Amino acid sequence: MSGGLRITNISWRFIRVWNRNMLVYRKIWLVNFLVPLFEPLLYLAAFGVGMSALIGQVHYHGEELSYIVFIAPALLAITMMYNSFFENTYASFVRMYYQKTFDAMMATPLSLEDIIAGEIVWGATKAVIATAIMLAVVSFFGLVYFPHGLLILPLSFLGGLAFGTVGMVFTGLVPTIDMFNLPIFLFITPMFLFSGTFFPISALPGWAQKVSLALPLTHLVDLCRAFCLGELTPDLVWRIAYITVLFALLFPVALAVMRRRLIN
Amino acid sequence: MAENERYIIRATDLRKKFDGFPAVDGVSFHLVPGECLGLLGPNGAGKTSTIRMVYGFSPMTSGSLKVFGLDINTRWRQIKAAIGVCQQENNLDPDLSVLQNLEVFARYFNIARKETRDRSLQLLKFIALESRKDDKVTSLSGGMMRRLVLARALINNPELLILDEPTTGLDPQARHQVWERLELLQANGLSILLSTHNMDEASRLCERLIIMDHGKILVEGKPADLIRSHAGDHVVEIVNPGRDVKEFVDAHNFLHDALDHRMIIYGREADKLFDIIGDKFCPETCIKRLATLEDVFLRLTGRELRE
Repeated sequence: MSGGLRITNISWRFIRVWNRNMLVYRKIWLVNFLVPLFEPLLYLAAFGVGMSALIGQVHYHGEELSYIVFIAPALLAITMMYNSFFENTYASFVRMYYQKTFDAMMATPLSLEDIIAGEIVWGATKAVIATAIMLAVVSFFGLVYFPHGLLILPLSFLGGLAFGTVGMVFTGLVPTIDMFNLPIFLFITPMFLFSGTFFPISALPGWAQKVSLALPLTHLVDLCRAFCLGELTPDLVWRIAYITVLFALLFPVALAVMRRRLIN
Repeated sequence: MAENERYIIRATDLRKKFDGFPAVDGVSFHLVPGECLGLLGPNGAGKTSTIRMVYGFSPMTSGSLKVFGLDINTRWRQIKAAIGVCQQENNLDPDLSVLQNLEVFARYFNIARKETRDRSLQLLKFIALESRKDDKVTSLSGGMMRRLVLARALINNPELLILDEPTTGLDPQARHQVWERLELLQANGLSILLSTHNMDEASRLCERLIIMDHGKILVEGKPADLIRSHAGDHVVEIVNPGRDVKEFVDAHNFLHDALDHRMIIYGREADKLFDIIGDKFCPETCIKRLATLEDVFLRLTGRELRE
């Protein structure tokens, strides 16, 4: 049980941690459902009715898209990022630091690695649920091409794993809960704005486009947009690979920083 | 568990360092089946660090530690499955109800879903909290929470129960509630490792005690034996002792502690001289009493404040 990487400490028992979080989630499922249900309506009203008149068409990959068609997939990608990132930062931190839930779990056959894996898979699950609800809402407005649009669901799990893992790395590092403001300011908010979400990245200067391409949300947004438009191209494989590799690289880091934090 | 294992716990030269500081500094002890072993010591003595190594929470720096005959470094998952732990903090799950706290915990041990409800209700009955089963844990009193933590530690029918200061911060009523239940469990043959700095708790529950300080074991033995060999049978406490008492005590080589305004003299049962002190130097201001574990504890670990 000493330091270092212990990937082999992960067992299928991590599902018990997932079960615990699901049980708590279901207690207030209505509140949990309301946000993904109504948030897209607010955005679609603001951008679809308000901004569309100012912006008109958006030029994207050689096509002219109405502004609302352009941003609807971005809203889905942002939902994936927010749900998993916030679950594995604030919510996980509260369970770890204030509620001592992890300490209690570690007096059972669960390993620390089981607990962290369970938390990250749970964060990804929350992303899937929220994305599914939102997908239903935007489909209602005819903004999703089916059946390709259904690929958004497995994508939300992958995106959730990646952003949840990023969040968990910060949870292992921040000294206090207020410090999460820093990664949000430096990482989440710039992605929210500059990942081809509200305008195509081709509108950015050359160097900024390169930076934007390094951001994981850019690729998640492009994937969502391709699936919503029903335009599957070979380059999407690279985008999926990018997000998968990000997750695969950061997952051991998340385990290591949490082990350093909690096991002494 | 391993065949013919004579020891539930066997620790040999166990050490734990935090950034070079030796919190546990070469401790060896064992616990036999059905026994309650108490770890006594002031704050910072290394009790909790020792206990955390036993239940696989904290990795040891060096030494050997076998639980149920299995090595904690490699067989931790199997060992943890057969241990119940009451940690020092009440880390009940505030997002769950009283009953759910037990049911969800049972699932961490992989107990079949069908069984979890029955076992949880049974344990709620044992701790007299059945009527509160659907309440939030945050609505429970400190004593109720502690009982629930105890029930939670029993959810897997453990072969070893580990209690880290189980009654710290409880009022006398709540403390006795917990003790009564622990005595019942002990009568049923459960092995218990207990850390405490409550002397009543240690002498009431434990057959054998270890007194620790600065990460080392000072003494080990049965409570009565420890008292006899380190504090005698009787104690006389004299408030503001005069010079004559001091001279008498020194002249006869009595075991004693001279504090600022108080002298504590330790004597044997059949000690005539000891009686003389009582008669000769004790008008009203002196107290004669039986020696206690607290005398032993203070004599061995000193009287200065900790932390």
